[in-house]
Amino acid sequence: MQYKLLKSLVYRLYSFSPFYNDRMKEEKVHPDDIRELADVQKLPFMFKRDLRDNYPDKIFTATQDELVRYHVSSGTTGKPTVVGYTQNDLNLWTTSLARGLTSIGLGRGDVIQVSYGYGLFTGGLGMHYGAERIGATVLPTSVGNTERQIELMQDLGATAIACTPSYLLHIGEVAEKMGVSIKKDTKLRAGILGAEPWTDRMRTRIEDWLGIKAYDIYGTSELSGPMYTECAEQKGFHIWSDIALVEIIDPKTGESLEPGEKGEITITMLQKEALPMIRYRIGDITMVEDGICPCGRTHPRIQRIQGRVDDMLIIRGINVFPSQVEYALMAIPEVGQHFQIIVERKGALDDMLVKVELNKESFSDKIQDIMKVREKVEHRLRNSLNVNVNVELVEPGSLPRYEGKSKKVIDKRSL
Amino acid sequence: MDTKNFIIKQISIFSENRPGRLASIAHALGEEKINILAFSIAEANGFGVVRALVDHPEKAYKKLSSLGFNVAFTDVIAVQMQDIPGGLYEIAKVLGDAQINIEYSYAYSGRDAAVLILRVDLVEEAIAKIQQSGAKLLERSVFH
Repeated sequence: MQYKLLKSLVYRLYSFSPFYNDRMKEEKVHPDDIRELADVQKLPFMFKRDLRDNYPDKIFTATQDELVRYHVSSGTTGKPTVVGYTQNDLNLWTTSLARGLTSIGLGRGDVIQVSYGYGLFTGGLGMHYGAERIGATVLPTSVGNTERQIELMQDLGATAIACTPSYLLHIGEVAEKMGVSIKKDTKLRAGILGAEPWTDRMRTRIEDWLGIKAYDIYGTSELSGPMYTECAEQKGFHIWSDIALVEIIDPKTGESLEPGEKGEITITMLQKEALPMIRYRIGDITMVEDGICPCGRTHPRIQRIQGRVDDMLIIRGINVFPSQVEYALMAIPEVGQHFQIIVERKGALDDMLVKVELNKESFSDKIQDIMKVREKVEHRLRNSLNVNVNVELVEPGSLPRYEGKSKKVIDKRSL
Repeated sequence: MDTKNFIIKQISIFSENRPGRLASIAHALGEEKINILAFSIAEANGFGVVRALVDHPEKAYKKLSSLGFNVAFTDVIAVQMQDIPGGLYEIAKVLGDAQINIEYSYAYSGRDAAVLILRVDLVEEAIAKIQQSGAKLLERSVFH
């Protein structure tokens, strides 16, 4: 079945997508060369930059009147990436999540609090429709106003919450301050947590502290949004074979790796209409688990994400590339181009500090003027990264200079 | 007398708020045999501005710049105050009445009298008003 879907996808793209037609010709591969599933390896890869370079919709294979929704995520150089969806694309996304939520054991009678952001970010709306599909009652709280979230969780008897792991930790802390024990005073029993890296150690901490089961969820906006969850066994997330073809490749050579071997996850969306993605290299490092899941599902199981092939940071669920910071700073004459990013976890939330050098010409004796420069930098960074950033102005020449590969990021978060 | 004679060149230095920064500024000035006559630190969240009157401002500027510091010159005036209760009031009232804003100020108790260093928005007017009031402004030559 995967082979059939792949074959028709490749024929469709070769015929109707000038972008993919060019790519295949460059690689000297024709749809007729795809004779079995393993031939997927002959196809060229796609990268995030392909979306960025073709902003906003140049590689869409559906016309605007066929689209029913857009989502937009921040790009690496200030330019966002846009994802369009046909009705079928939304259905498939919802189906994928509905299966995941069902595999966790959620369904009719559950109240699912969706505390991912609603809007251009895919987390909130994606989870919303997935939860509705399984007949659960959705409590669409989105992010923020944490005390109210906790009151509603109690009053409406939420049994599951979907949010970033760090936001759940924050909710737990705020609840304690309010004198509410998530464990004893709420009906919460499951957390569907993702959009940022976390670890099994953090899972244990969340489960013991809050008295719930915590499940990993995976996805990225370019491939729809959050899509794949762990099942009740909590042994890696299932990637539905009819929806996606997953490969693990060696990030250096691009060669396919075997189950149990760690590499870069690469996904082909087999049925996507508006923005088909073939061999999309997300940049996450993980492996396909060997053997069949104890739950009985035979779909490939992916181990928790282990890291990145690039320098992407995830700050409060938002992807941040150091190159975005560089790009934003370059447009501000008052500061230099050298910078350092320091990420810490303050309480349960990520805190990002950018140190940047104040230029000689823009130094005035007045404190106010310097504060204004700092506010300007903070404002610009917040606008281009979609995340709050603290800025510290430092003396010119005081930040470390590197020969070759620089280490501009100091990540002090221990997950 | 020309008001310019009363405009004094203060050096301002941007400094990160971390241990040892003042020491390196002071050390650099000491090496060049530059004497600090009056001095203050203004601090904000994460950084500070060191302001000083020195006997050789150009030399100080050059030295500190060569070490990578952000240095700027700022025009200030110095008023000799009566070192008695109400002394500051006299000066502040003169400027306030004339609608001249004091952006910042610091003081030192000199050999002969107390001296108030002022950074104001309208320097020339401030000089005129203070002179009219009978208070004594210190000339630039007193410092450098």
